[in-house]
Amino acid sequence: MRYAHSFRIKMPFALLLAATPRLLTLSPVDVAVIALYFAMVIGIGFYLKRFTTTGEDFFLAGRDMTAWIAGLSFVAANLGSLELMGWAAAAYQYGILATHWYWIGAIPAMLFLGIVMMPFYYISKTHSVPGYLQLRFGEPSRALSAVTFGVMTVLMSGINMYSMALVMKVILGWDIHFSIWVSSLTVAAYVFLGGLLSAIFNEVLQFMLIWLGGLVVSIVGLIETGGWNGMVARIHHNFPGQDFTHLWSGLGHFAGNPMGIHWTGIVFGLGGVIAFGYWTTDFLVVQRVLSARDLRSAEMAPIIGAGFKMMVPFIVILPGLLALAVLPEHLVGEAQAVATGAHSYNEVLPLMLARYCGPGLLGLGITALIAGFMSGMAGNVSAFATVWTYDIYRAFVRKDAEDSHYLSVGRWCTVLGVLVSIGAAYLVMQFLSIMDYVQALFSFFIAPLFGTVILGMLWPRATNAGGFWGLLAGTVSSVCMWIWVKLDPSALAYIALSPRARDMAENMYRALWSWIICMVVTVVVSLATQPRPREELAGLVYGCTKLPETAALPLYKRPAFWATVVAVALVALNLLFW
Amino acid sequence: MHEHKGMISIWFFIGVLLLAYGVLIFAAGVYDVFQPPAKRVVLSQLHAGVWWGLLLLAMGLFYSIRFRPKKTQGN
Repeated sequence: MRYAHSFRIKMPFALLLAATPRLLTLSPVDVAVIALYFAMVIGIGFYLKRFTTTGEDFFLAGRDMTAWIAGLSFVAANLGSLELMGWAAAAYQYGILATHWYWIGAIPAMLFLGIVMMPFYYISKTHSVPGYLQLRFGEPSRALSAVTFGVMTVLMSGINMYSMALVMKVILGWDIHFSIWVSSLTVAAYVFLGGLLSAIFNEVLQFMLIWLGGLVVSIVGLIETGGWNGMVARIHHNFPGQDFTHLWSGLGHFAGNPMGIHWTGIVFGLGGVIAFGYWTTDFLVVQRVLSARDLRSAEMAPIIGAGFKMMVPFIVILPGLLALAVLPEHLVGEAQAVATGAHSYNEVLPLMLARYCGPGLLGLGITALIAGFMSGMAGNVSAFATVWTYDIYRAFVRKDAEDSHYLSVGRWCTVLGVLVSIGAAYLVMQFLSIMDYVQALFSFFIAPLFGTVILGMLWPRATNAGGFWGLLAGTVSSVCMWIWVKLDPSALAYIALSPRARDMAENMYRALWSWIICMVVTVVVSLATQPRPREELAGLVYGCTKLPETAALPLYKRPAFWATVVAVALVALNLLFW
Repeated sequence: MHEHKGMISIWFFIGVLLLAYGVLIFAAGVYDVFQPPAKRVVLSQLHAGVWWGLLLLAMGLFYSIRFRPKKTQGN
């Protein structure tokens, strides 16, 4: 959900303004399905409390997760309900191009995390990404990273909470306050009780439910259209002259595809800095992998996650494409929906659920949306509690307390994180424009952080001063570029290389520049300052760390082998839908 | 799945929930076969609820049995 851009973020505004009658009506069976889900997640939290007795249990699930559990949790923490609804909407609007955000915009970065970066995160035994920065670049870098991450995480969580409540109001007629409090207190309860262990268990459960709730629409939809070819034929009939079903063939020209984007933007912008920044340095997702029981599991987890991530378009993008083929009415943009009372793109997933899902199945579909929201929020809250406790409280407030003290602080941080998130949700409710600003703020940190971490891992010469000043310069430059464009829109011609660049293109180029600035400043300052002795960098940097040999392992147990399999599948899928 | 001693596998919890969902959705699907609602969904003649309910039931049974809690010494 954090890996977002504007059309998804603005979705709730349209839903609110449209003020259409609720889209779906639940039967008693549907309500029972949803109620059972809430009972189960709370039950899991209570059950796991007895196994959460140390800080390591609470913050890193005892570092005892299998590769499969860590991998599924890794993907689930990223799958919010707005992610599901927003990308189905994007598929209706832009066609199969939206799949790029799941494939080239995620898979290479996830494989890179597993194969190249995970050994250093794992061997260093850090609790968090800011914790790695402390080991590699010292306290100032950690402080900068931890504070920005903590603040952004709870604010983002609040925004997502408010957005979800708004969606539930429009789809089901639920009261906004009811949705906010019930869902957030449920998440608070199970994370408070079982920490990351509970969050991960529930994320795996939620991942299953997202699939089982979402797949019905895709399967029944394909039956209605007579398979993929039938669907494509219907889309061509409904939207003559438009190409909604090719991934790459329309990307040679800006005007050749519904998104108005060039392939270079997809490959270098999306698949480059933004994807690598998010998937390799956002602690929300990296924390799941750190919970793995050994290095091989930690390497395999992102690779397994990548395999599942690659399949998510079949429950998210495909319903949007099917809607292009089967819905009798044409969905419209936000402004037009508000003006005419027609359905907007953003309602496509609920409309498809209503089209195919009878009693019980509808409840399962709605449960999938709720599960998506809760897995995303639990990810935010558990990551916030860890960074706050280890990287702010223990580092700067109370250094030498008992483990039980930090466990207690972590638990109460969970409650604090949820309460601040709720506060942020109400703040957004009063001042809607805050949402855009906070989303922009989040985008300021990811690209420079990736620059700092990747140089730290791969370049022994990078110094503490270089790391800190590079991170600061990259972040500040990103903020400055954003302000520049706000104050003078003509600056887009310099930042995004085109005065007609949309938000998405601006975000990509701003990320790219801030990453380059971070890298250049880090290199220049490092070359001008004294390097750390190589022996201090053992376990932290490539070339200074003895990595376990995998040559003795059979082929099917080697992470590199499975990464290759996933990479080949990625190429094959892209060729298939070229 | 997990080395916390005596901990019930997450797959068991998933199995129990899917089992309950399977029963509910299958029953609702069968009810719809005999008492079709006034407002029917598209392709309602496929009885997706019945088939999906059966699938959930089968998955739930598999996970519940395969990952059921084992008796341990002292318990």
